[in-house]
Order: sequence, then structure tokens, then C-alpha cells
Amino acid sequence: MFDTLLQNILNALQWGSFYALIALGYCLVYGVLLLINFAHGDIFMVGAYIAFFVSTFLLGQYLDIPGLPSWLVLALTVPATMLLTSGVGVFLERVAYRPLRRKGVNRLYVVITALMCGLILENGNLALLGASRKSFPELLDKAIWTFGSVSVTNLKILVIVSAFGVFWLLNTIVTKTKIGMAMRALSWDRFAVPLMGIPPDTVIVFTFILGSSMAALAGILFAMSYPVLDPYMGASIGWKAFIAAVVGGIGDIRGAFVGGFILGFVEIMVVAFFPSSYRDLFAFTILLIIMTWKPTGLFGVAKTTKI
Amino acid sequence: MQRYNVPVLVCLAGLALCLASQYGWLDLYVQTTIMFLFINVIMSTSLNLINGNMGEFACGHAGFMCVGAYVSSIVSVALFAKSSYFGEPLLDPSWAVVGMPLSLLAGGAVAAVTGLLVAFPSFRTRGDYLAIVTLAANYIIMSVFVNLDTVGGPRGFMGMKKVVSAMNDVLDIPWMMLWTFAFTVFTVFILRRFLWSSLGKGVMAVHQDEIAAEIMSVNTNRIKLVAFMLSSGLAGIAGGLLAHIMGYVNPSAFGILKSTEAMVMVYLGGMGSLTGAVLSAVLMTGLGEVLRPLGILKWVVIPLLLVLLMQFRPAGIMGNRELADVFPRLRRFYKFK
Repeated sequence: MFDTLLQNILNALQWGSFYALIALGYCLVYGVLLLINFAHGDIFMVGAYIAFFVSTFLLGQYLDIPGLPSWLVLALTVPATMLLTSGVGVFLERVAYRPLRRKGVNRLYVVITALMCGLILENGNLALLGASRKSFPELLDKAIWTFGSVSVTNLKILVIVSAFGVFWLLNTIVTKTKIGMAMRALSWDRFAVPLMGIPPDTVIVFTFILGSSMAALAGILFAMSYPVLDPYMGASIGWKAFIAAVVGGIGDIRGAFVGGFILGFVEIMVVAFFPSSYRDLFAFTILLIIMTWKPTGLFGVAKTTKI
Repeated sequence: MQRYNVPVLVCLAGLALCLASQYGWLDLYVQTTIMFLFINVIMSTSLNLINGNMGEFACGHAGFMCVGAYVSSIVSVALFAKSSYFGEPLLDPSWAVVGMPLSLLAGGAVAAVTGLLVAFPSFRTRGDYLAIVTLAANYIIMSVFVNLDTVGGPRGFMGMKKVVSAMNDVLDIPWMMLWTFAFTVFTVFILRRFLWSSLGKGVMAVHQDEIAAEIMSVNTNRIKLVAFMLSSGLAGIAGGLLAHIMGYVNPSAFGILKSTEAMVMVYLGGMGSLTGAVLSAVLMTGLGEVLRPLGILKWVVIPLLLVLLMQFRPAGIMGNRELADVFPRLRRFYKFK
């Protein structure tokens, strides 16, 4: 009994790490722009696909180039994917969101544009690459350690450690560095920030780079853990990560991180003790109860409005 | 005479549609497309009440459609058709002529009660937090129906075709076309009367400033309760119609994608414009059918067109204006109370 619980906690930590990494991206963009970037789940999917193509290219499957050893491929794939995916995120920002922001339209229209961009990414991928699923190459030699009846793979450890590492890095960037201060300032008061000589567009682009590269990292880790890629993989995980971010209190990175793990825990624990079709029912009922109990999320602070 | 222009025109249009489908001037594909168009109109106008007029960001509209679809199908199948779920019909199948529309209303009523799931949290929370509540509600409703094995669970529920054919046995006219048209007119009529009433003014007051509205003695909780229940009830009717036209319901058809479709139609038409919501529903359905030969590329082209449209008309087709505000001359031809 205790062993099963421990095993499930480890699984939940891994599953929650994906949610947490994606939720962090939602949260960053939301914190700075008050924009729910619904394309974020699909950027995660794009990240996984880019990782697939980069790693298979480096393994020497396309041209007559000698393949590299798999540990080197992994070491090169991670930064390359993060770079390319953040390019996609910044492209969306420049082409779709920024012109709308300049026009000062109701922010819900920007949200709808983001939704449409997500659909374009999903279905564009389907049209371009076809419906056949891609299977991700194995980049990490699998090692399984067993303690009693609890087994841990090195991949699981890697996922959990990198989620916590990324959170630590992000927290440092946001709270300790100058650009992080600019990000917090922008979310505090969008109108005063340009007056202080801070270029808001640079800060926003930096936010998108951070968020998209985090989604890319989640994409790589996800593809390594569940090595089947399909174009719609980002849709449902993206929506759920968004819910997790809001439950934690959107706009607060601690909240997004904790919210992601809460959702991961609830989902894994429900599946462990009930039929798996009850997963959504229980997970979302619990989240709804949390939202009723704390209407602005766990870490959120209610904003007082003046009239 | 001006007062009767619009009702007479609407009746004539309905009659023409029914006659056209009765005598086969419209083939079955066109008929189905027209019925889907009407359902989209109900979907977008009813969501427009919440997302447009009240300014909330509800993204779980399909959940209420799911409730309406299931409840009305279960009622009509249990009463008027022989099925593997409930056995022999409880009433004589010929009663379906009267009973089917009543079952749609029953589905709407239950969907309206389900709307309370969203209405109560909305008293305390707004904006993006409420968006999550609606999204979670959509997931929960879908999940409930997936786990209800007595009505088919994930395999879906069927048998509504028998009810429709029982209606056709009594009198062979295009019943579904008739009722889809009737309920669409009913929805638009109800919403127009609601929005132009003092309750509707309250909805707009909540949109503009909730605290100020509260101070001006608008009972915001009551307004929210009524608006959410009305919107989800009408969505339930749309779901019931959809279920009876298809003859089959499946919980996975009412997922986030369907909700997204409804949201897109609202924002495409312009927030808070009733005629805009109708127009955009017509436009989206038409576009979907015209681009059908493109296959999967259709789902790239439509979002791309919408993104471009947003760049050039960032407030939707109509903004928050009605058709009569854009073309004031239209007012000459009709008059509403």
C-alpha cells in the first residue's frame, strides 16, 4: 500500500512537471500582458515536433551525414529546440498579437486571435506532415533503479529535476534581474513603464522567449517520456495547464508551478484508485471546489477596483 | 402596418423553407446545412448574451448543449420509441408530434438548471477566473455523460431517428426543419425582448461597471443568475435539436472545440450585437461548407481568414452595433414595440 502510494507520488510528480512547465509559460505571458495565450499548448506541440526533427537530423537519418552519439544529440537538441520554438512564439507575437495591441482593441479579441493561431498550428501541422504519428527516437539510455517495489527511471528523475530547476531559474530571473524587474513593472502598471524609459516591446518579446522555450523543454521531455507525437497532443494538455495556472493564481509563477503539480497529483491519484474515465470528473470537480473556496486562486490577490 | 412586417416576413420564410424541403426543391444536404446553420445561430446568439452583452468570458457553452442534447433525447426516446435502453415506449409513438418539442423544452430547462453550476461562482468571481469555472464545467459535464453507462457512456446514445420517423408517420412534413426554424426564431425573439427589457439594461450595466451598477440599485446577482440560466437553457435547446437531427449524440462532440466554435462566432460578429451574432453564424456555416473541398486545409484557411479579419476589423463585423444602426434606412420598414 505504502509502496503503491510512493510510486504514484513519483508518477504524479512527473506528470505534474509537464503541467507546471506549460502553466509557467501561460502565467508569464498573462502576468505581463493580461493575455491568455491559448496558442501556448500548441507551441508545446510545435516544440515536440521540432525536437523530433532536430534529433532525427542529428542522428543522421536524413542526409548522408554521420550520426552523432545519442547523449550529444540530446545535449544539442535541447538548446536548438528551445531556440527554434521561441522563434515561433515571438513570430506569433509580432505578427498576430502586437498589431492588435497597438490598435488598443478589447483584450478578448486578442485571446480569440490566439485561439485561432493555435488552430492554425495544429491543423497546419496535420496538413503538412499527414496524420501518421511520429515516434520519437530514444535519446537516453534507459536505467531503472528499484527500491523495494518502487521503481524509478532516470528519465523520471530528469523530468522532475528539470521542472524544479527551471522554476528556480525563472524565479531568479523574475525577482533578481533587471529584465525581471521590468516584467514585474509592466504587469504592475502598463502605462507608467514606457515613461520610465523601459521599452515595453523588448520586455514582451523576452517574456515570449522565456515562455516558449519553457514549452519547448516540456515538449522534449514529454516526447521522451511518451514517445508518440500527434498534432493534437498540445490541445488538451494546454487547456488543462491553463486551468492549473489559474487555480494557482494566474500571474504568480509560484501559483502556476503549484497549480500544475496539484492537477498532476489529482489526475494520477484518481486514476490510481478509480476507473480512468473518472479522471476529468474528479480533477475538475476538485478544481471547481478550490475556485469556489478561493475565487482568485491559491496565490492570487484580489484586485480592488475603484470607481 | 409596420408592426406586422417582420412577423409576416419570418412566417413566409419559414413556410417557404418547409415547402421547399417538403417538395424536394432542396436536396437533403442543403436541408441539413440549413438546419445546422439555425443551430449555430442559436448557439452564437445565446452565448452572445454572456460573452458579448455581459462581457464575461465563458468558454464552456458546449457543456450546456450536451446536457440539453442528452436530456431531450432521453425523454423523447423513453416516451416515444422502442429502444435497448428503456424497452417499450411509455406513450403511443404518435404522441411524438406534440411531445418532441416539449422534450426539447425539457432539455432546455435542465440545461438552464445546470447553468447554476456557473452562475453561482459568478457571484464572487469575474473575468479569467470565471473563464476557468466555465471551462471546468464543460469538462465535468462531458465526463459525467461519458461515465453514465445507462445511456451509452462513451459510445453515445441513439434512437432519436425513430422518434422523428414516428412523427413523419402521423403527418409527412419536414418536422425537424419546422422545429429548428421555430426554435431559432423563438431564441432570437426571446433574446431581443430580454435585452431591450430592464433586465437587459441590467446586463449591460454589469458589463460596463459592476460596482457602479450595484450602487445604482441593480441587483447584479439576480441579473447574472437570469442571464446565465437563459443562455444555457437556449444552448440546451440547440443541443436537443442537434441530437434529433443527427439521430445520435456522443459526449465527445460537445468538447472544447464546439465551445470554441461558439466563441469565435460571438467575437466575429461583434461583442454584444444580436444581429452580428446571427450574421457571423451564417457566415461561419457558409464558409465551412464552401471550403469543404479543401479537406483538412479548411481548418487552416478559416482561422487564417479570422486572424486577418481581426487585424482589419478588430471589433468584429458589427462592433457593438445592430444592423439597424449600420443601415438606419431599415428602420423605415419595421417597428418593434
